[in-house]
Amino acid sequence: MSTLHTVNKSPFERNALCSCFSHLSAGDAVLMIEDGVIGARKGATTAAMVQAAMQKGKVYALASDLAARGIKAQDVIDGIQLVDYGGFVDLVTQHARTVAWL
Amino acid sequence: MAKKFLYINRKAPYGTIYALESLEVVLISAAFEQDVSLAFIDDGVFQLMAGQDTAGAGMKNFSRTYKALGDFEVKKLYVERESLEERGLTLDDLQAITYEDENEDYAEKPAIQLVSRSEMAGIVAGQDVVLSF
Repeated sequence: MSTLHTVNKSPFERNALCSCFSHLSAGDAVLMIEDGVIGARKGATTAAMVQAAMQKGKVYALASDLAARGIKAQDVIDGIQLVDYGGFVDLVTQHARTVAWL
Repeated sequence: MAKKFLYINRKAPYGTIYALESLEVVLISAAFEQDVSLAFIDDGVFQLMAGQDTAGAGMKNFSRTYKALGDFEVKKLYVERESLEERGLTLDDLQAITYEDENEDYAEKPAIQLVSRSEMAGIVAGQDVVLSF
């Protein structure tokens, strides 16, 4: 069974997202939450790293944390799926374990 | 005598308390009639994003407070161009913030000034006191 990884730090602030991506197993999912959603912005210098990770596993972002920071859905990297809090819970239940990258 | 105060903001809002705390301190210092400037560097540029909607996140949306800074004689908001670019942002992604220029019949003028990284270094060098958030 696969793992859900949550990242709550901006990739410009810490290397949590980068480190998370380099510890993915096939079929794992990554959920960006809180300041982690800054990594979901299209056109950012970190976008290529996110797109490379999406070859390995699915990447999700919490919609309400994007909205709080003024990042519109159309400005999110193509292929990142937006979820609400219910979707967050679903992801937790769909994976065998959750790893929080703080 | 008024001193030149610069508040450096380097954190995104809501993920940590830094952005809100900075804003509180800026408003306090403005009440003491100091020469206040704000710098937005790195993830700090997200503090000025237009269209922030915190209803879903269940947090207080303090982004409108930046629009009121002009009323407290805080008229200089320096935004670093490279920090915007690295994050895929432009000035158009930020909310419009203006102040009324009392020397020009209270004409509305933009408070946000886009500056380069090297210009930002010069702004820092010209201050009496620099506080980091």
